[in-house]
Amino acid sequence: MPAVYDLANRGLLPPGFSLVGFARREWAHEDFAAEVHDAVKDHARTPFREEVWQQLIQGMRFVQGTFDDDDAFERLRSTIEELDKAQGTGGNFAFYLSVPPRSFPVVIQQLKKHGLADQSGGSWRRAVIEKPFGHDLKSAEELNKVVHEVFEPDQVFRIDHYLGKETVQNILALRFANTMYEPIWNRSFVDHVQITMAEDIGIGGRAGYYDGIGSARDVIQNHLLQLMALTAMEEPASFDADALAAEKEKVLGAVRLPKDLGRSTVRGQYAAGWQGGEKVIGYLEEDGIDTKSKTDTYAAVKLGIDNRRWAGVPFYLRTGKRLGRRVTEIAVVFQRAPHSPFDHTATEELGQNAIVIRVQPDEGITVRFGSKVPGTSMEIRDVSMDFAYGESFTESSPEAYERLILDVLLGDSNLFPRTEEVELSWKILDPIEDHWDKHGRPAQYKSGTWGPAEADEMLARDGRSWRRP
Amino acid sequence: MKIDLTDTTAGKVNKALVQGRRAIGTPAVGMVLTLVIVTDEENAYDALKAAGDASHEHPSRTLVVIKRVSRSPRDRTVSRLDAEVRVGADAGSGETVILRLYGEVADHADSVVLPLLLPDAPVVVWWPVNAPLDPAKDPLGALAQRRVTDTYSSEQPVRELSARADAYTPGDTDLSWTRITPWRSMLAAALDQVVCEVKAVEVEGEEFNPSCELLAMWLADRLDVPVKRSLSAGPGLTAVRLDTSEGAIALDRADGSLATLSIDGQPDRAVALKRRDTAELIAEELRRLDPDDTYASALRFGVERLNASAAPAPAAAEPAAVPAAAAAQAVPAAQGSEPPAKGEPAVEAAAAEAPAPEAAAKEPLKKRAKAT
Repeated sequence: MPAVYDLANRGLLPPGFSLVGFARREWAHEDFAAEVHDAVKDHARTPFREEVWQQLIQGMRFVQGTFDDDDAFERLRSTIEELDKAQGTGGNFAFYLSVPPRSFPVVIQQLKKHGLADQSGGSWRRAVIEKPFGHDLKSAEELNKVVHEVFEPDQVFRIDHYLGKETVQNILALRFANTMYEPIWNRSFVDHVQITMAEDIGIGGRAGYYDGIGSARDVIQNHLLQLMALTAMEEPASFDADALAAEKEKVLGAVRLPKDLGRSTVRGQYAAGWQGGEKVIGYLEEDGIDTKSKTDTYAAVKLGIDNRRWAGVPFYLRTGKRLGRRVTEIAVVFQRAPHSPFDHTATEELGQNAIVIRVQPDEGITVRFGSKVPGTSMEIRDVSMDFAYGESFTESSPEAYERLILDVLLGDSNLFPRTEEVELSWKILDPIEDHWDKHGRPAQYKSGTWGPAEADEMLARDGRSWRRP
Repeated sequence: MKIDLTDTTAGKVNKALVQGRRAIGTPAVGMVLTLVIVTDEENAYDALKAAGDASHEHPSRTLVVIKRVSRSPRDRTVSRLDAEVRVGADAGSGETVILRLYGEVADHADSVVLPLLLPDAPVVVWWPVNAPLDPAKDPLGALAQRRVTDTYSSEQPVRELSARADAYTPGDTDLSWTRITPWRSMLAAALDQVVCEVKAVEVEGEEFNPSCELLAMWLADRLDVPVKRSLSAGPGLTAVRLDTSEGAIALDRADGSLATLSIDGQPDRAVALKRRDTAELIAEELRRLDPDDTYASALRFGVERLNASAAPAPAAAEPAAVPAAAAAQAVPAAQGSEPPAKGEPAVEAAAAEAPAPEAAAKEPLKKRAKAT
């Protein structure tokens, strides 16, 4: 909602834009408007302006009903038709389906049954879906089948809010608009890549959703594999949705799982401890979690990409809850210089060069390289060069959802994963989940640390170590 | 710019840091290390001031961890973290976060510090007072590459030196050792000028000043001659006298600032050897972040052996001749930055018997290179 308001405030919404809420709650239009009002006031990034709010509120409606209630969907249809006349929406609707996975088929069928999804006379019907896009390959395929029965594949938008972030889009700009990175962006220079998404919070009140899903399905399948695809893909022929999707699919299709899944994947569960100065409980002690749960709250996997550019370069993906701090970043770590004319003492503190793309928070890019420490002796130490979005572009960058909602309205599907990408991602993750299901239990790690010791050992076996993000 | 946060978490402190950086218009991070200062309220001001001055040479994020004393059982059950975030002109060059820990959280300071460390950059922990006996095993010390203690501030410095030697882990260092860097470079330079064999050494300084012991142990370890530690009224170290085959060499500093270097057969020379303030010491300590092998070797020589070896002085003087010459040659080698013999095994040997002359020659006087 705040994202919608921000768009309106920037004048990016069409004049007749209307918003219809559908839920079980017994609300009048005014209650709905009040709820939106509060959300906007609290969370909108741009200042609150009364006239913008007045423009929005004119098109705001609420329909009460349950998903299996035919009358409610009829009311929804008549509300939309009324809005068409009153607001001049031109017969174009986007359905933002923020519904639990099990209700999905019902809702989609209801939309079809009541003619809400029928395109006619140059108008469009779009569906916006939030994660999870299934919980394995089979369920994802079923879900796609259900949705595509009703909506055209190119009218289905799967929201992965990471892809709406400026820094993520900037990966493409960094790689393909510049000359200095692309020549070294390959196995001849890159030692390995680490992609990290860490959260400092626990599962909060989402026990029902989280237990049985786990961090790998929740994060690696969508966010991390998408970030990896953007980091590793070849240059697309053009920047349109088809060309981008084609390159991402090629990379995801080339992903090779390590032979010994036990030694190159790690999962964990947070145990009680202290995080950031607060005492927190372990995963198994959370409300609504089975004390024997095998759900992972930390997952680390090592993947390879079998193509000429990346053969032999491991991609380490890790995610977890209750880790040191909230951070998402991609680190491309380069090989050491093949020969060092400096003696051992001079380079004792020199690490490997790296380019770190900070996705959140504090979006930006850091380049790490060695530099001489001023003084009479030759002593080389790592320094970092920093690019911060906040500094180089003083305009506050649009929030991810803002960008994505606008793209849905414009029908621009550049930043939305397609059916094929979702299915390819499950093909990568399914064998790992399967292995985990059959072997062992998640390792316990203390809350507030950077994950279980097994994950450190996994990298140590390759002679590497996790960066401290 | 200052941001005060009461009853907060590390996550909020991180947000405040970004916000502060943006507000002053320099959101890019150019800091090279994180300096964690663990102290009590009494010493926090001086330590922070020294760190602030040192940050002009080493832009760093300074985290001051102050453990507050809870005086009643009720206080001890309440856990609270207060933070004061300083960026820009208020924080030297870099950022400063003062963390005050109350109650139970004081025992889990590492959980507060870990999220606030700069990505990748080295971490140095400094205990101006009350350093743990085994710094590397301390939860905060375990986060760091380098752990700086100061035996000078302890109740029983000499006894603490032995404890430090027992617990030594590469990366440990002592400000009392940093204090004698100018002395060490001056003595090495003096031995450079004269071709001689050192027969005996006397180190004179005030009581309860571990720098004197460290200097004595360094000389004993490197020259393998009996070293006598004698007391004076101070201030600090007052004199080092070398008895050599070519006559006496003495470095005498009576007033704590200007010293006299006298070598037999040469005119006396004035040498500025001012007692340095903590900021300078910390700045020097932060210049090199790799383990200090020379310190390890000197520390492991052992305080107790100092006075023991001083007793049979005349007898031990003869075999000492060869290593002394070797040590003198080692000084120019240090300037040529020869790879250091990773001294651990050699050091053990030194503790057992006299070191082989080769080993002594190979190991450069590392600190010599960084003396200003």
